[in-house]
Amino acid sequence: MTDLSITIGGDAGQGVESSGATLSLAAMRSGWYVFSIQDYRSRIRGGHNFYQIRIASRAVRSHSDPVHLLLALTKESVDIHRDNLAPGAGVLYDDSLKVDEGPVKEQGCLLFPMPLTEIAERHGNRVMTNTAAVAAGAGVLGLSLERLKSVVEGRFAAKGPRVVEANLRVADDAYRMAVERFRGAFRYALHGASPPLSTRDPGGNGGETLLISGNEAFALGAAAGGCRFVSAYPMTPATTIFEWLVRKEKELGIVTKHAEDEIAAVCMAIGAGYAGARALVPTSGGGFSLMVEALGMAGMTEVPVVIVDVQRGGPSTGLPTRTEQGDLLFVLHASQGEFPRIVLAPGTHEEYFEAGWRSFTLAERYQCPVIVLADQFLAASLCTLPSEALSFDAVVRDRGELLDHAALDKLEPGQYRRYRITSSGISPRALPGHPNAVYTVVTDEHDEEGHITEAIENRVQQMSKRMRKLEHARQEMRGPKRYGPEDADLTLICWGSAVGPVVESLPLLEKEGVRANALHFTDIWPFPADQARRALEGARRTVAVEQNYTGQFAKLLRMCTGHEVSHGVHKFDGRPFSPQQIASACLEEVASHV
Amino acid sequence: MSENGAAPSGRREGSGSRLTLKDFANHIKSSWCPGCGDFGVLAALKQALVKLGIAPHQAAVISGIGCGSKIVDYMRVNGFMTLHGRPLAVATGVKLANPDLHVIVVNGDGDAYGIGGNHFLHAARRNPDITHIVENNQIYALTKGQYSPTSDRGFKTSTSPDGAAESPVNPLLVALAAGATFIARSFAGEPKHLAEMIAAGIRHRGYALIDVLQPCVTFNKVNTYEWYAERIYRVDEDEGYDPADFARAWQTAGQWGDRIPVGIIYQRDDVPPYEEHVPALKAGAVVHRPFDALDEERFAALKREFM
Repeated sequence: MTDLSITIGGDAGQGVESSGATLSLAAMRSGWYVFSIQDYRSRIRGGHNFYQIRIASRAVRSHSDPVHLLLALTKESVDIHRDNLAPGAGVLYDDSLKVDEGPVKEQGCLLFPMPLTEIAERHGNRVMTNTAAVAAGAGVLGLSLERLKSVVEGRFAAKGPRVVEANLRVADDAYRMAVERFRGAFRYALHGASPPLSTRDPGGNGGETLLISGNEAFALGAAAGGCRFVSAYPMTPATTIFEWLVRKEKELGIVTKHAEDEIAAVCMAIGAGYAGARALVPTSGGGFSLMVEALGMAGMTEVPVVIVDVQRGGPSTGLPTRTEQGDLLFVLHASQGEFPRIVLAPGTHEEYFEAGWRSFTLAERYQCPVIVLADQFLAASLCTLPSEALSFDAVVRDRGELLDHAALDKLEPGQYRRYRITSSGISPRALPGHPNAVYTVVTDEHDEEGHITEAIENRVQQMSKRMRKLEHARQEMRGPKRYGPEDADLTLICWGSAVGPVVESLPLLEKEGVRANALHFTDIWPFPADQARRALEGARRTVAVEQNYTGQFAKLLRMCTGHEVSHGVHKFDGRPFSPQQIASACLEEVASHV
Repeated sequence: MSENGAAPSGRREGSGSRLTLKDFANHIKSSWCPGCGDFGVLAALKQALVKLGIAPHQAAVISGIGCGSKIVDYMRVNGFMTLHGRPLAVATGVKLANPDLHVIVVNGDGDAYGIGGNHFLHAARRNPDITHIVENNQIYALTKGQYSPTSDRGFKTSTSPDGAAESPVNPLLVALAAGATFIARSFAGEPKHLAEMIAAGIRHRGYALIDVLQPCVTFNKVNTYEWYAERIYRVDEDEGYDPADFARAWQTAGQWGDRIPVGIIYQRDDVPPYEEHVPALKAGAVVHRPFDALDEERFAALKREFM
């Protein structure tokens, strides 16, 4: 079974990201499953960045330690990543770099010095050194040269045929030299192994496999779900959702507005939602903090709106380019008073795609704000998916109890009541613009017609009406999904993006003699308490695995079900869990609490 | 339930030539103090809408928080009383989702020029087709009398016991500097002029600021009806006044104290409203765009870029 990790390390501004993306796509088009993450800092130039690519013969949902091939664009990259190298791993670098070779050799690793700059300059210029590095990497690994060239062609097409041609010559030369000089000695080379995915069509991989980031999957889901309005203020790591939708504005007819601040962004979306557009606001925790008052406005006025909080390390500016699951209890409680909200925390790229359209349907069905909690790890990681995993047929675009033009025509003037008391708590919604449904919306407490009132009976009725929607929504919230065996000694509990590395830690635990399974929650609020209780019935020992300090989900679980987890594994250094880290932390926890 | 609940109006111009003030009346009794300038704004807004033939369902009046912002509760119209400082942002969303609606923002001086100052600045330079009426009484009235961003220096209140130490915001100059395309001022004591200004603002294609001098009879004992009446003059009394003359407008907008200008201070008609720059609106309001505009084939094409 093939399962390789490749790290590309270099300075910010050196093209680590684009090299990583090129190699990832070349690996996918060569027929392999890929999972890639980026590790970078909040600066445009300077400082070490790296990109980690996993190439496997089965679907993988996490990066993995250790590293089998290091493409070092700087001397420091070797120093920084040396300790992560697997025995027999290769280090590929430009032979002009003064790499400290001794320690690498002592570790039993191989050195692959290559005249990368020279090759680049021979066919083009220095800028093409990254193309040489990626191609040399593809060469020692044994990826398809033809597929690599198709990726290179696509990447440089916009720069004209001369640039494309030069880069192709660079790729060809570097690839062949690397094969000739090093592939034979590299024990992790893929030669002989047959790739698991179809590679019929060099241009499009047979149209069967996608390589997509979490944020792209979400944006695609939102577009499929009928998103008509998106307003945002740029904030890492949410910006790529906005940028993708902006690129598609003309094609898909989505109004996109870069607002003056996050307060404006969310208020614009609420205005658009009131007018009848499916409206989305992508942000991160800091931006969400500014949106808190408006969240309550959406709750009180019963305007559907979707906010996606792509979490990063907090508090405050925190770790701007890194990952954390630190906003859970915050988004659950944000804004004064009590009002219904729905919170989803997709864990996989497919679930994040689904949240893109499902959030709109929930927001319109229950006429309330919906918050999607993602994080940098899910947002920025690239994952191969079968094309049908992001299915158009599965998309539901239900607008809930929305009165159409014909229904409004039948009403008597003055008959319509926007906040009519109903048993479900959902009042049929009319959009502004029809003469038979002229009404006022206020953020004060209001009566059925929308007028301000502090009358006791009305307050109780309206408050209860709003909160009833939540009980209604709870019926369609999904319980935890179980991974691994039904019967286990240890149950790992996770939510959101931790599911990838958690699931991959199960076989590692099994190897250490611990039979473990995992429960993964995606539907956070209203909390699916009954399903959670049922899922936990057989659990012997539970460990909550969360990317935060205080174990926020464990607290929520206890609050809603009474279940107290036996252990907690927490990580708050901004770097995503690896399966190996989870497995060893679980073993330690279990051992220390025998 | 249909997929799309928005009424396809597509009418830019008002259709209700038989409209009367009664069409905008509702049964709610206002909580404003007798003599409050807000009554003048309410009356003038209704008059302007009747005059322009804009029916209640064709307008959206978006307000903030404060005495004057309760206006949406006191008239029959699509109304949205939002958050303190935020009506311009909400209104921008409404306008961009459904440009067929005549969008009018009403808020107070604290709401518009204090807490909502950033949105004011950006609305002015963005130029959406929104009419912005600011009830400027130079005081926070709903919280019972604290100084506001437009209070004059030395103005004594519970939070400025030694007199306000800050320069007042001059909203006309700020709007002018920020690129607003229509800037007017009126006085709540002259509802006829105010209605004219509001109508002119609604007719203007782009962001239109109407700063309304408005006495607070309960908490502001300085800037009274008499105080304003003695000082205001109409810029159009000078036949040579050209609102398109930026330099003259700048000079006029800067006047405050003994002589206070009212009327259309500045207007230019050559800047297209923001909505016209929005590609998605070329085919009309997005609230009318059916979901099936994105079908399976287009979806498959979107996925192809990830292959």
